[in-house]
Amino acid sequence: MPVETANTVKISKTNAVLSFFLELAKNRVLYLMVLPAIAFFVIFAYIPLTGIYYAFTNYNYADGLFGSPFVGFRNFKYFFNGGFQSPVWLLTKNTVLYNLVFIFLGNALQCLMAILLTEISGKLFKRVSQSVLLLPYFVSYVIVGTIAYNIFNVEFGSLNTLMKSLGLDVVNVYATPHIWPGILVMFNMWKGVGYGSVIYLAAISGLDREMYEAAKIDGCNVFKEIRYITLPLLKPTFIMLVLFSLGGIMRGQFELFYQLVGRNGQLFPFTDIIDTYIYRSLTINFNIGLSTAAGLYQSVLGLGIVLAVNNIIRRINKENALF
Amino acid sequence: MNNKDLQNSKIIFNIIAYFILIIAVTMCAIPFLMVLSGSFSSNPAIVKYGYSIFPRSFSLDGYRMIFLYPEEIGRAYSVSTTVAVSGTLAGLLLMTMAGYALQKKELKYANAIAFFIYFTTLFNCGLVPWYMMISSLGMKDTLWALIVPMIGNSFYILLTRNFMRQLPESLTESAKIDGAGEFFIFIKIVIPLSSPIIATVGLFLALAYWNDWYHASLFIKDTSLWPLQYKLYKILSAQMAMSQAGAENFSNSVIPTEALKLANAVIATGPIIILYPFLQKYFIQGITIGAVKG
Repeated sequence: MPVETANTVKISKTNAVLSFFLELAKNRVLYLMVLPAIAFFVIFAYIPLTGIYYAFTNYNYADGLFGSPFVGFRNFKYFFNGGFQSPVWLLTKNTVLYNLVFIFLGNALQCLMAILLTEISGKLFKRVSQSVLLLPYFVSYVIVGTIAYNIFNVEFGSLNTLMKSLGLDVVNVYATPHIWPGILVMFNMWKGVGYGSVIYLAAISGLDREMYEAAKIDGCNVFKEIRYITLPLLKPTFIMLVLFSLGGIMRGQFELFYQLVGRNGQLFPFTDIIDTYIYRSLTINFNIGLSTAAGLYQSVLGLGIVLAVNNIIRRINKENALF
Repeated sequence: MNNKDLQNSKIIFNIIAYFILIIAVTMCAIPFLMVLSGSFSSNPAIVKYGYSIFPRSFSLDGYRMIFLYPEEIGRAYSVSTTVAVSGTLAGLLLMTMAGYALQKKELKYANAIAFFIYFTTLFNCGLVPWYMMISSLGMKDTLWALIVPMIGNSFYILLTRNFMRQLPESLTESAKIDGAGEFFIFIKIVIPLSSPIIATVGLFLALAYWNDWYHASLFIKDTSLWPLQYKLYKILSAQMAMSQAGAENFSNSVIPTEALKLANAVIATGPIIILYPFLQKYFIQGITIGAVKG
């Protein structure tokens, strides 16, 4: 057996470096082609990782990043302080609960729409309804906020116009916090069901037609078809889509929440999520340290959850796992 | 008899399905109709009767205001268009090149690079460090801040890579034997064959740019650089703040901007709605590709 001497170690290290450069040279065009992408992520994702240090400072613009006073975990203390009134608890609770509803209800509705669209008779209606259902996906969240304002506005909103015409009292929706979870869920569904149903439609169209033929010969009606063939076959897809979405449960739908709720503080206990909190901490309060600390919390917890969910996915169906 | 049962249950199903779908479709369509009708209403009518599906008194006042000062809307339009077009082109270039290179079997570090790119979706630095990076690059208050942060997207890069993996190697092999260079093969062979994925990523990217208001809210204070959606947002939020501050105080004065606001909304979304029928097919195709291969 060859003995590892200092010289052989040096040679193999040089070999490693040499083969690295040889590989780059051999495929230099290809590596050049992937360089912009690498540079992009280095600049916008990896270098900023050093900015995590902001979380441990009491940042002020004059001193910059490394000049600002180091305060250890003070920002985190603030964020975690207060038990069930702490920012971390309220925000995490809201973020997670909203996402759970968005994911489960969303997928259920998307699946339902896809099944209805598949089995319904009437080609024209099928096409038109699919188009209209998909339409909300394409408008910006600013428009969503405009629409919400159109409906809930105290003065001329359609809701209150309707209430007035029915002889009921006017409702100031923007001052009634506890109905907002319903409102936000509704708008999220409105925006996403058309899009998601396309995915389920694709899944359904991939199912084996022969089973349906056989069922029909046996005298199976539409309802039985759906219950005994379509739904069971869609279950794996449903579970996969839900699991993948659950991996991202710490990331809230920032645009939806911010455009609908904005800076309306009285709604925050029911509507504030981690992302909107971070955004406001940065843009309104200029609290760099706290904002970064909250973001770090979100990312770390998010990573943990993705890894855990991926483990679950791997147990179910190895190929679908992320890694 | 069996047949009759089948027919009956089909009819019942259709009734239920149509019922549900019609409700869903109505809920999707009505908000747009109301915005459209409000934009064509006279302001006093809105104040008096509220929004409705058909304008109670037709008027072009909202649009008149906009076109009285066309530079305002024109500038926002040109910003949005410039950003969307250049961003989409730059993004497509970056992502197709990366996707192509990463699926090449001979590339030793392809998997490492792919993971390097993918990892950014698992853990990110958060808003503040990213904001600081863009600021320190001097992109604040320039169009760069609107374009550059969105030209790279790990999901689309890996999607493109997966798509290109499917292209038969024999094509690129035979071109190589004939002496063609990598980049030449890329441009002349791979790109034309990849038009489905390019259409998909391109459309989604363009849509993201067009609807973006977030980057402007963070980085652009110069009003001449405001993109369309952000401009609309500013108009809306000013009004919302006013009405939240004390609706009663304003109920007697005519807020002259209701129709104007809605007209702005129509103009901001107009291009998308107009292009939508033509592009719907590609979007659906794209969503399907993304779901199956992503």
